[in-house]
Amino acid sequence: MSFLTYLINGISLGSVYAIIALGYTMVYGIAKMLNFAHGDVIMIGCYVVFLTMSGQGWSPLVSVTLSVLICTVLGIVIEKIAYKPLRKATSLAVLITAIGVSYFLQNIALLIFGANTKAFTNVVTLPALTLAGGSLVISGTTIVTVLVCIVIMVALSLFVKYTKAGQAMRAVSEDKDAAQLMGINVNGTISLTFAIGSGLAAIAGVLFCSAYPTLSPYTGSMPGIKAFTAAVFGGIGSIPGAFIGGILLGVIEILGRAYISSQLSDAIVFAVLIIVLLVKPTGLLGKKIHEKV
Amino acid sequence: MKKKLLSVLLVAALAVASVVGCGSTAAESSEAGASGEAAFKIGAIGPTTGGAALYGQAVMNGAQLAVDEINAAGGINGYQIEYKFEDDQHDAEKSVNAYNSLKDWGMQILMGTTTTTPCIAVTDKTAQDGMFQITPSASSTDVIINDNVFQVCFTDPNQGTASAQYIAENKLGTKIGIIYDSSDVYSSGIEATFVKEAEAQNLEVVAIEAFTADSKTDFSTQLQKCQSEGADLLFLPFYYQEASIVLNQANQMGYAPTFFGVDGMDGILSVENFDTTLAEGVMLLTPFAADAKDDATQAFVEKYEAQFGETPSQFAADAYDAIYIIKAVIEAQNLTPDMSVQDLGTAMAEGMTTISVDGLTGEAMTWSADGAVSKAPKAMVIKDGAYAAMD
Repeated sequence: MSFLTYLINGISLGSVYAIIALGYTMVYGIAKMLNFAHGDVIMIGCYVVFLTMSGQGWSPLVSVTLSVLICTVLGIVIEKIAYKPLRKATSLAVLITAIGVSYFLQNIALLIFGANTKAFTNVVTLPALTLAGGSLVISGTTIVTVLVCIVIMVALSLFVKYTKAGQAMRAVSEDKDAAQLMGINVNGTISLTFAIGSGLAAIAGVLFCSAYPTLSPYTGSMPGIKAFTAAVFGGIGSIPGAFIGGILLGVIEILGRAYISSQLSDAIVFAVLIIVLLVKPTGLLGKKIHEKV
Repeated sequence: MKKKLLSVLLVAALAVASVVGCGSTAAESSEAGASGEAAFKIGAIGPTTGGAALYGQAVMNGAQLAVDEINAAGGINGYQIEYKFEDDQHDAEKSVNAYNSLKDWGMQILMGTTTTTPCIAVTDKTAQDGMFQITPSASSTDVIINDNVFQVCFTDPNQGTASAQYIAENKLGTKIGIIYDSSDVYSSGIEATFVKEAEAQNLEVVAIEAFTADSKTDFSTQLQKCQSEGADLLFLPFYYQEASIVLNQANQMGYAPTFFGVDGMDGILSVENFDTTLAEGVMLLTPFAADAKDDATQAFVEKYEAQFGETPSQFAADAYDAIYIIKAVIEAQNLTPDMSVQDLGTAMAEGMTTISVDGLTGEAMTWSADGAVSKAPKAMVIKDGAYAAMD
């Protein structure tokens, strides 16, 4: 029975990774850049919820909505100010800029909110589910996290497949210049991608902090890195890949911690990543890349 | 062409700036050396920002209080104290930087650093410089490997051993689970000696689970394992932020063993928005209790509360004691501020083994030549959202 508990904990953690990984993967797929500031957008989203809910006593739904809005705007602003001027620069320059933005956000948070760790109030009030006569307890947070992750995954897949904006995204990801010639607003599409990714980051952050109730200016960085790993694991650029990568990563982390060694869990996660990349260099669901010569 | 010119100009500007910079610092330090108003320059280091900020702030304030008192009463041997505090964010590299900048300021004695990992890095520097160093709260034995370093707090082995003895004597638990931070010297040091002493005391340790600095938000697996092994007492030798998450997650799981912490647990009631009812009944070994009834403690607590608006923690008391220990040893050896850093360091290190200090964190504290303090710990329990002395 304890195996099932570990598995459920792993899926819950993996769902959070998956939602964050969706943000990485979408931005990479469309803008061909790694937005390392993504993890810190998560942290900003958490502070918004913390301040409005615990500070002002707003209802969870209102604070989360506000947090999603603020992160969406933040995502667009970051893209416009930091990344758009570098659209034609080398990918290395953009990467360094992204790391810079990440540090900028962390230090801004340090300045505004202070360094002290804060205890985050759980936004989920759903009672825990008790199965098998009390030996299996699934917390409300876990249920909500997994459900939200699945809903987001399905909605995003449908959006990309069936809407005009989604088609534009796919076109830009295939070939930016050709898409522009076809009359697609490339800049608008990239902004939209950042907006969606950052909005998702806010949701992921709130779920993460609800499950692991602590909040500091560095809260976003480790889950950000893990989620990036998940995105690479599943095949960066692929939406179902991010989902599968996230869940697998979470499960491996928790099971590794439970059955192999509690201090080597991160090493195990990254060892699995290396093995997967050796066998399938583009990740589990990644597209084959044909290098143009 | 324009760009080239600009870069040449920039380089020239930098070169000038660096020369000017060097010149001014040299002038400053010589001026300080030649000034007639001699004073003992005590530097202090600790995290006033970052995850361990509560400790650094407490140390900064506690020492400030002692310095003000001593200066108001006429100083040490008639010389005033100049006191300066630098932030290290609980980071070894930043701590060494802080040390260097304090040295530029003219520091003669170091009261610090506050936390263990940075302290180990800094002790190497003070040993090279022959500077006297007393740490209020860095508790690893690695901190005091050099002869010039002394501790106000217990060493980690002492904490681990004392905790195991206390648990055995008072029969607080029959099956013991341990969760510790394997990436932190402080935590793993206490864990090692606790396990050893627990064996000697015939305590049954059923689970030893670790976490690392990179994965310190999710403790559900570790708690789950302790629970399934039937642990009725959890020993948590780590800092309060992680402890607040552990308590929260244990509560979510419906797991309620006895929680037993060490001095790093001190501060858990100050975590913003933390539900303090979760910490109800948590026990910890600490040398200082703000609600103790003796006059010295009460006077200190009253002053501290008036000046800084909060109840002092053990760290504030440690730092307060550290300054008075420095005073005691300087007076015992009859030293003056015009001595060189090295001479002061040697004389003070010699003097430490001869003195006995009554402080807030222990009566008749004495030191061995290896730098460890000898004093008795107090057990505390969190009751109605406040620390209360046990027994």
